[in-house]
Order: sequence, then structure tokens, then C-alpha cells
Amino acid sequence: MPWLSILMGVPVVGALAVAAVPKGSDKLAKQLTLGVSLVVLVLTLAMAAQFDRSGARYQFSEVHDWIPSFGVHYAVAVDGIALVLIALAVVLVPIVVLASWHDADRPEAKRSVKTYFALILVLEAMMIGVFAATDVFLFYVFFEAMLIPMYFMIGSYGGAQRSYAAVKFLLYSLFGGLLMLVAVIALYAIAAKGTFLQPELLGAIKDPTTQKWLFLGFFIAFAVKAPVWPFHTWLPDAAAQAPAGAAVLLVGVLDKVGTYGMLRFCLELFPDAAKFFTPLILTLSVIGIVYGAIVAIGQTDMKRLIAYTSISHFGFITMGVFAMSADAGAGATLYMVNHGFSTGALFLLAGFLINRRGSQYIADYGGVQKVAPVLAGTFLVAGLSSLSLPGLSTFVSEFLVLIGTFENYVVPAVIALSGMVLAAVYILWMYQRMMGGPVQESVKALPDLNLREKFVVAPLIALLVVFGFFPKPLLDVVNPAVHQTLTTVHAPQFTPAIPVTAEKKGAGQ
Amino acid sequence: MSTLTAAAIEAPKIEYGELAPMLLVFGAAIIGVLVEAFTPRYLRKSIQMPITILSMVGALALTIWQGAQGVRNAAAMGAVAVDGPSLFIWGAILLLAIVSVLLINDDDQFVAQAAAVPGSAEEDQAISEGGAHTEIYPLVLFAVGGMMLFPASNDLLIMFVALEVMSLPLYLLCGLARRRRLLSQEAAMKYFLLGAFSSAFFLYGTALLYGFAGSVDLSAIDKALATVGGQDTLLYMGAATLGVGLLFKIGAAPFQAWKPDVYQGSPTPITALMASGTLIAAFGALLRVFWVALGNLDTQWTPVLWGVAILTMIVGAVLAITQTDIKRMLAYSSIAHTGFLLTAVVATGKEAQNVNALSGILFYLVTYGFATVGAFAVVTMIRDAGGEAGHLSRWAGLGKRSPALAGIFALFLLAFAGIPLTSGFFGKYAVFAPAVAAGGVGLVIVGVVTSAMAAFFYVRVIVLMFFSDPAPEGPTIALPSMGTAAVVTLAAAATVVLGVFPQPVLDLAHSAAQSLFVR
Repeated sequence: MPWLSILMGVPVVGALAVAAVPKGSDKLAKQLTLGVSLVVLVLTLAMAAQFDRSGARYQFSEVHDWIPSFGVHYAVAVDGIALVLIALAVVLVPIVVLASWHDADRPEAKRSVKTYFALILVLEAMMIGVFAATDVFLFYVFFEAMLIPMYFMIGSYGGAQRSYAAVKFLLYSLFGGLLMLVAVIALYAIAAKGTFLQPELLGAIKDPTTQKWLFLGFFIAFAVKAPVWPFHTWLPDAAAQAPAGAAVLLVGVLDKVGTYGMLRFCLELFPDAAKFFTPLILTLSVIGIVYGAIVAIGQTDMKRLIAYTSISHFGFITMGVFAMSADAGAGATLYMVNHGFSTGALFLLAGFLINRRGSQYIADYGGVQKVAPVLAGTFLVAGLSSLSLPGLSTFVSEFLVLIGTFENYVVPAVIALSGMVLAAVYILWMYQRMMGGPVQESVKALPDLNLREKFVVAPLIALLVVFGFFPKPLLDVVNPAVHQTLTTVHAPQFTPAIPVTAEKKGAGQ
Repeated sequence: MSTLTAAAIEAPKIEYGELAPMLLVFGAAIIGVLVEAFTPRYLRKSIQMPITILSMVGALALTIWQGAQGVRNAAAMGAVAVDGPSLFIWGAILLLAIVSVLLINDDDQFVAQAAAVPGSAEEDQAISEGGAHTEIYPLVLFAVGGMMLFPASNDLLIMFVALEVMSLPLYLLCGLARRRRLLSQEAAMKYFLLGAFSSAFFLYGTALLYGFAGSVDLSAIDKALATVGGQDTLLYMGAATLGVGLLFKIGAAPFQAWKPDVYQGSPTPITALMASGTLIAAFGALLRVFWVALGNLDTQWTPVLWGVAILTMIVGAVLAITQTDIKRMLAYSSIAHTGFLLTAVVATGKEAQNVNALSGILFYLVTYGFATVGAFAVVTMIRDAGGEAGHLSRWAGLGKRSPALAGIFALFLLAFAGIPLTSGFFGKYAVFAPAVAAGGVGLVIVGVVTSAMAAFFYVRVIVLMFFSDPAPEGPTIALPSMGTAAVVTLAAAATVVLGVFPQPVLDLAHSAAQSLFVR
């Protein structure tokens, strides 16, 4: 059964159906979108259930010629890493749809509601495609094409500065993407294998200098996408101006394509160059961790604050990817998933607050916990997951990244620890200013979460807690794939100075 | 005396069958002129239109038939090359010309009485009488015939004749816009003067090369490169001046100055014809001169064309950013695309490499041709009181007024910007890939950087259309005629289909390029 093609096909067909809904029946369009996204979720779970953890690396593989003249295939397959990221995307989409129920139909916006929901479904198909592609060219096609629906979602449905933010987002990403295109073409030409299939291109580039240049071509595109400091400046604008739902998909899933690309393409295709650039990238990551956290503390706009915390978190992920140890790799992959849920919850709750109060400035809130306890409580849990409180899933991943990095690179790991402390500052201080203290006049009539909103937040909180205590299902899927990646890279594996006899590592193993 | 008897002169052998597509177009053009002379005014359009369309459809059918037969020959005593690239280019030009004629059919675009002074009483009278110039059709046919001959000429003199046959009708057609006539006449004048200047360069180059090689035949010049010594000055001067003439026609920097003025001033359907057909024809001719006649001189001209390509891409992308008129912006965008195409012109090497570069160029020309005709067709539909609403500020909020039309225009813009899943992406890939393979990584990096710059001004139009509020007295959207609607639909379909399943056309381009140019 062509699982992955079906997974992509269903949302595309759904998007066409939503776009074809007659004018005026917006509710039908929303219900249809929610239904389609739930179907995709169910299908993904059915597929994941059949994933054989001890089987071949790539499963559900489909390979068809697409453009034989260029050696391009329609080739999709998933390993553990891709599978959990696809799962992240398909879980977030129905939640975002439910959360965005009224986002597009503000009366002053005069936008087509069904277009917004059709764009979400198109984006979902592309998100699945980009993680499933095992052909470098196909990956590039999705990588670039998915900018367009997001561009329209920010530009048409965002805040006051939306068109500036949308253009900045598109041009930054396009610029990085075009540099990658040069590297993609050069990879094909130099490898001279007549194919773009990633597994066949492994080890095809031998010359170290060539590897370095091609690595940079890919890495800059991914660094812009992720975003890694200093390529991050588009993210706070885009995330702050995007409607909350689009911001979740942008930061939660789209940006993960960058870190996923580093793991899948930068590391595996150019292992020697990756090792050569590791010190530089670890430096950038550490700067990103500390810089993002410090700047987040100074933000007055809560969406920008969340965006900056993400820059800090992406520092952890890139650090984990390039630390080249099994723990760090697994931690980074897990981090991508958990960060999606944690930041998703924060953005959505911030969106609910903004919808109620009409302001995204922290100073406009105060004492919310007295008038809307459920809202404040879930906000606190989401915030605590962002600062990696033990017991929530983000802690597991951050811990694994730090341990894994410490095995190979002590100094960056030590500096990165400060990021955890700073995280406590920016989250708790924001919570204190917004939710604690005396009730501000303007929030006195603030309603608490309604049923729909509870349905949005509950699954995210549940996932954070469940994977916080029991990350084994995710790690079991991720670990073999990370191991195989590191084998391709020939990374020396860490052996403890004092042999351990008991269970090997910390949480979850 | 007796040595000069008639026996020494043989009648030239002409392969009429192979030249039939061109002969059909030229023949129809002449019939069109006769129709103008002998039929009453009210009947002319209903006769001209079918003649024009049918002759081009017939020519297209003949071209396809020849392609299927695998004709590869230098016809008419080696003067006209009917080879793979020629047939492909003919097919592309004919298709795009048919599409453009559907736009030209829209009367509203053309002047009622070209001889009447703009703003005069005669003009008002001609308009009220419903005058129209049906000469446009034969002129277009002559231009299309010239476009077909230009890239197929295997001999510099024939090429010059073709250049003139192609250009002269276009000079006239440029001046026939119904509205803003002074601008149109100015465009025609500029195009004519600069075009004449470049023709002179071309002719001078031909003479110098004749002096060098003793022949105007492209393959004879190629042979002379190996055998003739001590005439390098003539050769280099000739190659350079010939190059100037050709680069002018494709609109490469620093010879691009005519493009924005002419594109803006001309009636939009004619702009569409020029932006697609002329560009294709001129690239065909450029390739034939540089690859066939001067192919073994490539170490000399490659660096020059490198410079020209870089300059063209930068000039096109940078100046486009400052434009406020949609047609001028598309003109600068066309200049930038010329630069992208030039990256593959210099990507010469072994035979397989040349085949890849040539098929990449051919594919790019088709994708760009369709997108550009479609874009200009949309431009004809956005109107306000003074004709087309050219100023970009008038396009604000079009996405709310007419989502479908704005969406299609956005599709063409995304194709120009080279976003995946549109035809423009594979076009760009098809020219950049051989350029990288031939060692032109630097050129391609300039190409992608300017692509990113170009994306900025394409995206700016999308921002205007979709993210800005509509202007209070915005332009009206003309109800499209059947022809215009068909053109827009076809171009949009081509843009999407070539962006998702480019393989059939790539195969076609590849098989056309397989034999390279006949010598």
C-alpha cells in the first residue's frame, strides 16, 4: 500500500474540496478541513503502527521516475526520524485547525475563510512530502514550494505588519534555498551518478574541498530555515505577524525542516565537511542559545518572546545534531518533536489571549489567573515545558542533548546550560507579569477557555506529560535511525571512562 | 565566350517540402496583402483572421510532421538549416504566435487610423467610424515568417534578410497602440532607430567575416578558422560586431535599452509576440552563429559572454526593482531572463554537454514564452479610463476584486521567480545545470543571487494584489473575449503542467538538440 502517497494525496484532495465549497458556507469548509486532517492523523497512526523498529532503515518506500532527464525520482520513504516528524505535523494540523476556527473570519479582515483552511491542507501535504522525500531534488521541490502557502497565510491573514513580515520570510528563505539549488546541481554534476536518490549519493563526493563548499550550500539554506543565529532575524517578525495557527505550523514544523535537513543531508552526504565545520556550528548554536534567551527576556510582545525562545531552542537542536553522539542525535530529534508541541501550546494560548484582549503586549495583561484560571494554568504548563521542567517531555530531550554534547564537547555543553537558567527567567517572569499580580481593569471581563479551546490545549498538554514520563515509544523509533545516521558519518562513539554495568543512560532508556 | 554558356549555370536545388512551413506563412502573408487591396473594408477582418490562424496551424502541423520524419538537413543549397533545433524553435514560435494572434484579434488594442495625428479631429472621426487596421495580420505573418527563418539561416546573408523581415513589420506594429499613441509612436521610433543601428552592426560584421573566410556560409567560416591565418583582426572585429547585432536582438546588457520603452509603448498583444517569439528566434540565431560559425573560437568569446551574462542579469534584476509600470517591469524581467539563458549559451564543452545546454535553452524558451504571453494577456484585461492600467499602484487589491485573475497572474509571477512546481523552476534548472557542469559555478551563483533579487519585485506585485487594500477607484477588469480567455487558460495550464510533468517537453527538447546544429 503506498502509504506515504496516500498521506499526501488526502490533504491535497481535501484542499481542492475545501476550495470548492460555495461562498458563504464557511462553517462547512472548516468542518471539512478538520475532518480531512483527522483522517490524515488516523492514517498516519495506522502507518506508524506497522513501522518495524528493527526492520530496514527506510520503510514504506516508493520509487518512481519523475523526470528521467534530470535523474529525478518521486521517491518517498520514512525512517524513524522522518516518521516522528511526520507524526508531529499531522498531530499539530487538526489542533491548529480547531484553534484557528475564528481566526480568518474577523469581520474587518474581509478575507476568504475557505482559502485559509485550504492553504493549511496544502501545507500539510507538503510537510509530509518534505520529511518523506528520499530524493534530494524532490526534497528541494517541497522545501521551496512550501514557502508559498505559508507566505499567503502570513501575508493575507496576519497582523498589522503582515506584508512586510511575509516578504521578509519569503525572501530570506528563497535566498537560502537558491544557494542550496546551486549545491544541489553541483552535487548531481560532481557525483556523476545520474540520480538524485539520497541513499545512492552517500559517499559519492570524496574530495574534501568540494564537500566543504557543497556542505555550505546546503547548510546556509537550512540555517536560514531553522533558524540558526545569525540567520534568524526573519523569524520574530514572521511569527509575531502570522496568525497564531500559522505561527505554530511555521515554528513548530516548517523550521524543523532546517534541522532535519542538517541531519539527513548535511551530515550524511558530506560527513567530512560536517566534522570540519562542527566547531563553527557548535559556536553558532551556543551563541544562539544564549542570545535567543537573553533577547527573549527583553521582549514586550509575547509572540516575539516565544519566537526568540525558539531561537534559543533551535540552538540546542543544532548543537545536538552536530555533537555527533548517539544521545545528542536522539535528543535533538526528540527535541524537534517536543518543541513542536510545547511551542505550539504556547503560541495557541497566546493567540487565545490576544483574541480576547486584542493586544499582544505583555504589559496589557495582569492578574489573568484570577479571572481565567484554566487559561492561566495551561499557559503555565506550556511555559514550564518551554523551560524544560523535569516530568515534561522537553526535559528528556534537552537532557539528552546536553549529555550527548558533553560526551564530545565539554565547553559548549557547559555554556549551553546557562540557557536553561535563562529560560526560567523569561518564562516565569512573563507568567508573573501577565497572570500574577492585581487584576488589570482591561482583563476583568476576560472569559476563560471555552470547550473548543480546551479541546485544542488538552491533547498538547497530555502529549507533553505522557512523553515526559514515558518517552520510550519515541526513542525506540528514533534511536535506530540516529544510530544509522552516525554510522554513515563514521562518528566515533563515546565510551564511558568507567564502564557502566547498570542501565546505560538516563531518562527513558 | 563559349565558356560562359548557360551550361555552367545550374538551377539551385530547393527542398520546397522542407521549407514548406515557412513558405506557407509567407504565402499567407502575401495573400493577406492582396486581401487588403481587393476586398471591401467590412469583410477584411473576417477573411484575415482565418487566413492567419489557419496558415500558422498548417505550418505547425507541417513542422510536427517533419519532426516526426526526423528531417535533418541543410536545405536550399545549405542556406537554410532544417534541423532539430530549427524544427523545435519553429514549433515553439508558431504555437506562441497563434496564441498571440488570439490576443491581437482584440480590436480594442489597435489604433483606428494610424495616419491621423494623435488628438486630432481625424482621429476622433476614425474612431467613431470604427476604423481598424487589418494590415496587422499580414504584418504579423511576415514577422513570424522572419522569426522562423532567422534561427534557421545557415548563412549570414540569409540571416540578415530574415532579421529585416522579422524586424520591419515589428517596428510598424509597435506604433499602432490605440491609447497613449505618442508613447507608442515614440517606442516604434526608438525601436526602429536602434534596430537599424544594430542591423548595421550585423551587416558590418558579416562583411568582415566574409573578408576573413571568403564565404558567408556558417560552416565555411568554421572551416576557415582552422585554415586561414594572419587575418585575426578581421575575424575578431567581425565576430564582435556580429555579436553586437545579435545581443541587441535578445536584449542583453549593455544593448538592452530599447526593451523597456518598446515593451511599454507597444500594443500589449504585440509586446507578447515580441517577448516570446522574437526572443526565441534571436536566441536560435545567436546560438547558431556562436556555436556553428564561431564554435572553435569559444575560448575567445566565452569570457566576453560571461561578462555580458552577468551584466545582463544584474541590470535586469536591479532596474526592475525601481519600476512602477507593470509592462516596464516585465521588460526588465525579460532582460534578467535573457541573462539566465546566456549562462547556458556559454556552457559549451563536449558533445553531450552541448546537447544538454542546448536542450536546456530550448526548454527554458518554451516555459518562459508561455508564462510571458500569459502575463501580458492578463495585463490587457486590467483597464481603467485611459486604457490599460499600467501603473503598479492601480493593481492594489486586485486579489479581492478578482481573485481568479490575480491568482493566475501570481502563478505567472511565481513561474518567473522560479518557484518549484511551476514551469519556471525547471526552466531555470535546465539552464543552470549544464552551466554548472561546464564549470560556470560563479555564473550560476550570480544567477541565483539575481534570481533572489528578481523574486523581490515579483513578490512585490503579489503583495500589492493580495495584501493591500483596493484603490478606491480601482481599474475595471475587462470581460475577457473568448480569445483572451483561451490564451490565459492555456498559458496557465502550460505553466502548471510543465512545472509538474516537464518530462515530455524535456524529451522533445532533448531529441531536438540531439543532433545539434547541422553544419
